[in-house]
Amino acid sequence: MNSLYVARARKDKIVRFLCLSAAAFGLIWLGLILFTLISKGFAGLSWAVFTEMTPPPGSKTGGLANAIMGSIMMTLIGVGVGTPIGMLAGTYLAEYGRHEKLSFYVRFINDILLSAPSIVIGLFVYGAVVVPMGGFSGFAGSLALAVIVIPVVVRTTEDMLLLVPNQLREAAAALGLPRSLVIRRIAYTAARTGLITGILLATARVAGETAPLLFTALSNQFWNVNLMKTMANLPVTINNFVQSPYEYWRQLAWTGALLITLAVLALNVIARLLGTERKPK
Amino acid sequence: MSVPATTDRTTPLDRARALAAFKLGDRTFYWLTRLSALIVLCLLGGIIISLIIGAWPAIKTFGLDFLVTRRWAPQLSPSPVLGALGPLYGTVVTSLIAMLIAVPVGIGIAIFLTEFCPPMLRRPVGVAIELLAGIPSIIYGMWGFFVLAPFMTEHFMPAVIATFAHVPVLNVIFAGPPSYLSLFNAALVLAIMILPFITAISRDVFQTVPPMLKESAYGLGCTTWEVVKNVVIPFTRAGVIGGIMLALGRALGETMAVTFIIGNSFQISGSIFSPGTTISAAIASEFAEASGVHMSALILLGLLLFVLTFFVLAAARLMLARLQRQQGK
Repeated sequence: MNSLYVARARKDKIVRFLCLSAAAFGLIWLGLILFTLISKGFAGLSWAVFTEMTPPPGSKTGGLANAIMGSIMMTLIGVGVGTPIGMLAGTYLAEYGRHEKLSFYVRFINDILLSAPSIVIGLFVYGAVVVPMGGFSGFAGSLALAVIVIPVVVRTTEDMLLLVPNQLREAAAALGLPRSLVIRRIAYTAARTGLITGILLATARVAGETAPLLFTALSNQFWNVNLMKTMANLPVTINNFVQSPYEYWRQLAWTGALLITLAVLALNVIARLLGTERKPK
Repeated sequence: MSVPATTDRTTPLDRARALAAFKLGDRTFYWLTRLSALIVLCLLGGIIISLIIGAWPAIKTFGLDFLVTRRWAPQLSPSPVLGALGPLYGTVVTSLIAMLIAVPVGIGIAIFLTEFCPPMLRRPVGVAIELLAGIPSIIYGMWGFFVLAPFMTEHFMPAVIATFAHVPVLNVIFAGPPSYLSLFNAALVLAIMILPFITAISRDVFQTVPPMLKESAYGLGCTTWEVVKNVVIPFTRAGVIGGIMLALGRALGETMAVTFIIGNSFQISGSIFSPGTTISAAIASEFAEASGVHMSALILLGLLLFVLTFFVLAAARLMLARLQRQQGK
């Protein structure tokens, strides 16, 4: 009896140790990545990164200004196009068609799209936009990002609207408010921080997406804000620079990687802060 | 526009007009939301149709042989020979190795977080893991290329090759020479990338176990491990498997984390230390220079990948839905 107890306690200790080492193992890798990123990225950070264009091969000067601008533009347009569609679709799922057959299918398909390989979305936009338009463009890149934004926003909108208590809707309806106004004035307002969180998370998700831009927006060595032409962007620039033989290009790639990561982490942190602010109420 | 007040002065006509405006707005909004929901459905249809159209020349040229051909020779004239076996093999092998590493570690971390972790550390570690899940995959790929691959190739691989040199079967799987660009290095980066993802899902799933169940087990004198093994894991099995399959779906389709270090070689060799390629890496590195049947074959690869991940993800969702129903009971 006593030895059985000792054996059980020992087993428990072993598992405890294994789980602790798993946590240490995981966190060490992830810590290493952040450490490399910060140490190598900060080394190349200077004003030139924000003011000069991406350098031609072999050049020892240059920055990422055009890529940063392109990334910001395409991310904003992608989110701008994807958010309304996603929000309206999420509204349908949560408000109108909660128990309808159509909602069941939309929900299922949306969940699939949520984790669909992003390179396939790039291929889709290549076939659906780039080929008919006759060339790569920032516009196509933005659309590819929008396709990734939509499922994220649909999901969060539905989840957030479902959290709004039904009594609020019923009270508004009892005052004679038509259904669309109940949704727009009452449900949206009640779920506002949640909806904003969802949009921020979607932005964070697409800000670093590379695969869908590889053959939609392509890249551009020059300053360009014309959406109908190829457009430089940070992820693809990093992709091109990482494998180059030029030391300066590799350095820029690390700096670009640091910028993207900081932006993504900042968006995540803001979204998280907004999310926790809501709870105590 | 403000709604006209219904005082005595309003005529019946005003009220009728206001009600009509309400009705119109209501209808419009309803149809807008319904239309958007339909757009989501159409997106999936659009992706499939667009891929089939793009892949059609390759389907016509190669037919089902595409799936079993090992050769990938786009430059061959007059007719290139292209087969999906190499990339399919690489995709499956890298994902499997990544899952073998990431699943036990990820679940271990989740158990640590929910059962063993001092409450003070629980939140910061949890938040750190979630933030790391948000880091773009190209960062993992870069780090693998510059830091992990050189390290593994110089220190880890030679040791493993030497250890298993005389063990049958294993000496084929771990055959040399060590290479920077290899299936193993790619799989390792993939594993590190999906680790936070598996941890986050498993932790969420473990937290759905009612405290009452766990406490009854503790009350019977169970150790923490026995509670995990006999209560937490059986209760959440469907959810954990669903989460693992979601992660597998991610690993199968991941592009940027593997492209730099897989080597883009279409050869199939038994050794996991030799270069290979995955479907997504092949598309990412060859698409820009491809044309004609070559490009079409790459799109066909994309279609295969989409079908593959579709089934994995669909199965994952069904598992997770089962867990939700179970909770609803």
